[in-house]
Parts: sequence; C-alpha cells; structure tokens
Amino acid sequence: MTYDVTLQNITKTYEKGAIKAVKNVSLQIEKGELFGLIGPDGAGKTSIFRILTTLLLPDEGMANVNGLDVVSDYKEIRKRVGYMPGKFSLYQDLSVEENLKFFATLFDTTIEENYDIIKDIYVQIEPFKTRAAGQLSGGMKQKLALCCAMIHRPSVLFLDEPTTGVDSVSRKEFWNMLKKLKAQGITILVSTPYMDEATLCERIALIQEGEIMSVDTPQNIIDQYPMPLYKVKSDKMSLLLKDLRTLSYVTSAMSFGEFHHITFNSKTDESAQLLEDLKHHEKLECLPTRATVEDCFIHLMQNNVHAE
Amino acid sequence: MRILRFLLQKEFKQIFRNKALLPMIFAMPIMQLLVMPLAADYEVKNINISVVDHNHSSTATQLTKKVIASGYFKLVDYGNSYTQAYQGLETDETDLILEIPAQFEKELLTQNGSKLFIAVNAINGTKANVGAAYLQQIIRQYNQSIRLEMMANNQQMAIPEVDIATANWFNPDLNYRYFMVPGILVVLVTMVGAYMCALNIVKEKELGTIEQINVTPIKKYQFILGKLIPFWVIGVFIFSIGLFGVSYGVYGIVSQGSLLLLYGYMFLYLVALLGLGLLISTYADTQQQAMSIAFFFMMIFMLMSGLFTPIDSMPGWSKAIALSNPVTYFIEVTRMIMLKGSTFSDIKMHFAVITGFAVFFNGWAIINYKKTV
Repeated sequence: MTYDVTLQNITKTYEKGAIKAVKNVSLQIEKGELFGLIGPDGAGKTSIFRILTTLLLPDEGMANVNGLDVVSDYKEIRKRVGYMPGKFSLYQDLSVEENLKFFATLFDTTIEENYDIIKDIYVQIEPFKTRAAGQLSGGMKQKLALCCAMIHRPSVLFLDEPTTGVDSVSRKEFWNMLKKLKAQGITILVSTPYMDEATLCERIALIQEGEIMSVDTPQNIIDQYPMPLYKVKSDKMSLLLKDLRTLSYVTSAMSFGEFHHITFNSKTDESAQLLEDLKHHEKLECLPTRATVEDCFIHLMQNNVHAE
Repeated sequence: MRILRFLLQKEFKQIFRNKALLPMIFAMPIMQLLVMPLAADYEVKNINISVVDHNHSSTATQLTKKVIASGYFKLVDYGNSYTQAYQGLETDETDLILEIPAQFEKELLTQNGSKLFIAVNAINGTKANVGAAYLQQIIRQYNQSIRLEMMANNQQMAIPEVDIATANWFNPDLNYRYFMVPGILVVLVTMVGAYMCALNIVKEKELGTIEQINVTPIKKYQFILGKLIPFWVIGVFIFSIGLFGVSYGVYGIVSQGSLLLLYGYMFLYLVALLGLGLLISTYADTQQQAMSIAFFFMMIFMLMSGLFTPIDSMPGWSKAIALSNPVTYFIEVTRMIMLKGSTFSDIKMHFAVITGFAVFFNGWAIINYKKTV
C-alpha cells in the first residue's frame, strides 16, 4: 500500500449528534504527497485533522496514518506525526529556543540530532532565539510552530490552516518551505480556506459542510469546470451584480475580485446580448475567462445544494 | 525521567517568568499572616455603653467606674433618661444600656438586693453576647465585693459559696494569635494547591498548548507529575515561610510538637489538595470557570473548617460537611501539633483521612483526565 493516510467513511458529530462536522468522508493520501484540504471555515477540516492526529475519536469509520489505526495505535502515531494546530499553541512565555528544545525533549530527541530538517526554516528565526515566542510576528510564529512540529522528524505532517492570519509575503515563503519539505519525502496534509493556495498543492480535496465534494489535482478540477465562464466589469460593480442576476439567460453571477464571474444557461456565448441589455452601465466589459478553483468550489457547492 | 525533569524545568521557568505570580507567592503568605490574625480577634473591645443612672448614689457611681475600668467598655453617655439612651441604641451610637434604678443604693442596703436593667443592641450578635456577658461578670464581681463589705460590717459569718477557677490549657493567655496563625497557614497551603494548580493546567487548555503536548508521545503520568510537583514545592515553600518567617519570627509561636510530623502531614495534605486542583482543571475549560469552581469550594472550605467557628457547635448537617472537608483535618492537626504537642498516635486518624482524600481526589482527576479530548 502506498497510501500514507487513509480515511474510510469517517463520521464525527458533536453535541450528541446534533451537529454533523464530518459526514462519511473517505480519502487516500499518497506517501510524499502535498495534499490540500480546501474549504471554508466550519467545513470540518479541523475535525478531520484532529481525528488523524489522535486528538479526537471518530464516531464511525476507520482511519490510518502510516498504516497505523488512529484509535488502537494512537501511541505509535503520536511518535510519528507532526501537528501544527490552526491556533498558535506554543508557550508564549518561553523563548524560541526553549520552545524548540521543549518539544524536542518531549519526543525524546535533541535539536542537534534533527537540525538538518529544520535548518532552512530555523535560520530565519534564529536571530530571535532568545525572544519570547509571544513577542514574535505572525509569520515568525508560524515558522517556529513548523519547526516545533518537525523537530522529531515526522513522516507525516499535519498543518491546520498554517497561513491564516499571515501576510501574503510570509504566506508565499511558507509554501516554498512546504515544497522543500516535500522534497525530503515527508507527506504533508495542509488545510486552508484560501482557494488561491489550492493550486500550490499536488492534489486537493474540496470540502464543504463535512462532505468531500471533489478530490483531484487542482488542474483536473479546473478542467472539469463544465461550462464557459465569463468575467464582467463596469464602473458600478454592486449594481451590476444585481442587474446580472435579473437576466434570465445568466445562470450564476458571483462577485470575484475585480470582476464578476458569470455563466450562461446555454453553452452559446450570450455576451453580445448582455452588453446590449446592460448598456446603461458605463465601461461595461464581458470577456471569456478561465475558471479558478474558487469557481469550481462554488459550482460544486451549488450543485450539491440542488442535489439535496 | 529525562522528560519529567524537562517538564519540571519548563514549569519553573514559566512560574519564575510570571511577573504577577512570583510576588504573590512571596507576599501572600507574609501579608495574610501579618494582617489576618490581628483582625480575626475574638476579644471584643470598645463596646459602647450608655449608663442611665436614676440613683446618683456613690454605689451607683462606683459600679459605673468599675464597668469602665474593665477596659472593655467605652462610656458614650451618662444620663438619667432611658428614652435618650434608647435613641443612642437606635442610631447605633451605643451597644449596651445599663439602667440603674432610683432606689438602687437604698434597696441594696435595706432589702439586701436590687435590680439592674441591661438593654443590648443585638444587630452584631457576637458583640452583643460578649458585651452582655462581660457586663454581667463585672456586676457579679461588684456584687460580691459589696457583700463582703457588708458582711465585714455586720461581723457575720461568711456565707459559703462556690468559686470557679478556670485554667486555659495549651493556650494559657487565650491568645487568639496562637489559635489563628496555624489555621491561616493551612488556608495558604490550600490556596496554592487548589487555585494555582487548577489555573495553571486550565491555562494550557485555553492557550491550546495542551493540544500540542497531547500529540507528543508524552505519558499521562509524566504530564500530571510535571504539573503537581512544582506546586507541591511552592506549597511547601509558602508553608515554611509562614511557619518560620511569620509564625515564629513575628508572633513567636514555637511548635510544641514535632515539626517533622507537621511537615509529614503537610506533604500528604498538599498531594490531596493538588488532586482537587487537578480535578477542577479536568472539568473547567477556561480560567474563569476554574476560578469560579475553586472559589466556590474555597468559601465552603474556609467557613466550614473550624477556622473561625467551632465545628462542635454546628448543626448536624453542617458538621457532616465540615467533616468531609480536608481543610478541617489539617487545621485540627496544626493546632494539635503546634499548641498541644500531639504525637503521631494522637493524629493517626487524621493521617488516614487525608490519605483517603489524596487517593480520592487524584484518582477521580486521573480517571477524568482524558488525553483524547
């Protein structure tokens, strides 16, 4: 078996079944893969991570990490995985170096022994090694947390929303670090609510309300987008969105940064008609565009709602 | 062992870096021991008294002087109108009214006796009770001295009477400090055990650091010991400052019994109380919750421990609560060892009980402490 992490029909409920956080989720993640779990807040990403890191017991289903069962072999799994929770969870009153040393000791190892694995990241925060962790900037905190999660040379790394609340430069740096780690053969499971980060993963799972909507490479997911997509722009964007939604031949209209993304009912290009109908808008543009992961996500989400 | 040692090292580092906690550890025992025994004094002084004298004889004046000279009373009003004195009672200016009837001296001489009237403001029950008792005692003494005088004058045979002599064992001067200081020492140790330990663990929950620790291969017992030992050490330290620094240094209280025995009991007691702290931390998710739970227990523990009021005078149900309160036993033990010089055989039941508490609290806490949250 080449899968490093598998989930089979995992279900997790809270409040005695009233809240279904994870619904019948099955996933396989290959060894050495950089796998992304993409979904909005409350989609169940953290619950899945906590099940895989043995912090939470699933209600139903089986899950394996490194070929070990998360329920019966939790002790062994804890030695092998690295977990970085979404919330910064290191000791704020201990220094950078003390935190790292502390976690190294808990895994019965030393910084020196595994220095090579964290070196690239640690050198960036080393100038501040005597500073209390609570005094670091957001990006540095993430780097330290990543170091602490890796200091025992884990074979699987679980990163729960590592880039939430981090500036865009640090986010980019962070993803570069993940690529380097992947090159060392570590399986990495990362979750993020940012759709633009999805393309940085090898494979992604789109998750919504505890259900997996699609699992594939980001490219395949984009390619599977079933209809032509157009971007529309004018000088009054919010009014434009309202107007677009009144047009009978427009299936969906979503605000998407600078443009609104729309699809038409038929596969034919109705943009000429649209330009005509909305000519009271100034600087109106309607151009074909390529779908992004976010478009796919919204499309799948709407289909899901319709299917129900 | 290496992991446990490192956990302890980390814990102490954090405690010593905490700018609020450290002064508390040093200042709290000293301040509390300096302030509380002085304030928690059962001796009632400065009782305001109004004397309503309808008699104005030398006997009446003598009686009034005797009352004032006792040192317990402060004469706020000396007049001949009960109504006026009663107004003082209503406005809280006076606590007691002593009314001397018009025929006081005459009756005393001719009819071999007279009647006095005492009115007490019972809003502050203790003050009223104690004040009235003092006053009665003074009047009784005065009564006796008059009788003696009259007998001497009449040259009669002395009337036989029963005189009661009281000896206060173990605390001859009835010094309240001897009584309170050991009790307050116990309170201090209790606070460290229950509060600090519970708050510390819940803080890790709040910050999410416990989550990070839980995914490591660290064992349950290592984590728990790593939390209990530092606060056990701090508890012993606070007790020692209180015992040697303040109790001996300031109040000059020398333990009559073996210090070794006292420390032995304290060691066990701390284990029990730390278990309670641990138990609270397993139920509380935030420091606020932990604080509220600990505060609830602390209030009951303090007030129903025999620290301020004797357990024997409690009604049955509250006696039952007091007896299921670990603080009760330690207060009793410190008083027994320090004041009475009790030996192990005197307090072996106390040892058994506290061992029971230690096993009970810690056992429950460990069962309830789930590593998989």
